[in-house]
Amino acid sequence: MAILVTALEFPPVSHVTEWPTIFGEGLFAVNKVVLLMWLSVLIVFGLFYAASRRSRLVPTGVQNLAESIVDFVRDGVVLQTMGPEGMSFLPLLVMMFTFIFLTNIWEIIPVAQMPVNARIALPAYMGVLVWVLYNFIGIRNQGFFGYFKSVMFPPGVPKALYILVTPIEFVSTIIVRPFSLAVRLFANMLAGHLLLVSFITITTAVFTLGPALVIWPVSFGLLVALTGFEVLVAVLQAFIFTILTAVYIAGAMHPEH
Amino acid sequence: MELLNVVAQQSPGELAAGLTAVGRGIVYGAAAIGPGIGIGIVVGNAITAMARQPEAAGMVRTTMFLGIAFTEALALFGFVLSFIVAG
Repeated sequence: MAILVTALEFPPVSHVTEWPTIFGEGLFAVNKVVLLMWLSVLIVFGLFYAASRRSRLVPTGVQNLAESIVDFVRDGVVLQTMGPEGMSFLPLLVMMFTFIFLTNIWEIIPVAQMPVNARIALPAYMGVLVWVLYNFIGIRNQGFFGYFKSVMFPPGVPKALYILVTPIEFVSTIIVRPFSLAVRLFANMLAGHLLLVSFITITTAVFTLGPALVIWPVSFGLLVALTGFEVLVAVLQAFIFTILTAVYIAGAMHPEH
Repeated sequence: MELLNVVAQQSPGELAAGLTAVGRGIVYGAAAIGPGIGIGIVVGNAITAMARQPEAAGMVRTTMFLGIAFTEALALFGFVLSFIVAG
């Protein structure tokens, strides 16, 4: 047991999330995470460009894939939250879903093995983007004062309770939403990344010990199972980010009644 | 603190580092209690709803994921805070 404990050296968090600069310097330094992000942008663009360039009535190959993504976002996100009038946001939400899924899935691709969203930069940027978007739509559809009135003074609440409700609604709608949106994605991917790193460390540590080989298949099997679980998490987080964006936009489009 | 140092036979720096590690554990552990119970309630009730009205399963599932996302956020704040807690 003592040998096993000494063989286990978990790397600190900074070792598994900070990558050395490949080129550039200062604010514009490019490392593996940035390269993976650029690659994701290219793949998303390439996928939908290739799918729409020679579109046929009966889809084949890449067009099939793109159409099933669009169908999924339309039926699962837009129609469930915004209804038919939210169709104009379909392109944004499809891009968002595909891009977040791709940046997440790098977590389990060999050689890459690093989810771009395990650094706060990209989730924080997208959180701010969504915040600007739904506030803009709210102000455009309801007017500046109308929007903030419907946010801070929800109808159907007893007058005396506004002392309590108004600050809570203001903080939760204007301040916490982008923050929780970004942190949810970031923390889920970081936790998944650390989980995989921990189990890889355990598996290799057990493998290097001769006598403990009996328990090696257990830790290896768990590692494989967790990799599958991370695929689920990658899809789920992309879905949740997209559907929350849709819910926020739907809430800003019409005053509550 | 003096007494603790004598008992542990360590330098003050090591004690501080150890206490930081314990604090980080408590921050995450405490933050996970409420959301753990909350997610249990959300999913349990969603399963009840799906079992009673299987035709509404799609709508219930979407709403369930939304509920999980809102509940889970607090645990994730705790997870991130546990890294921010200074050593």
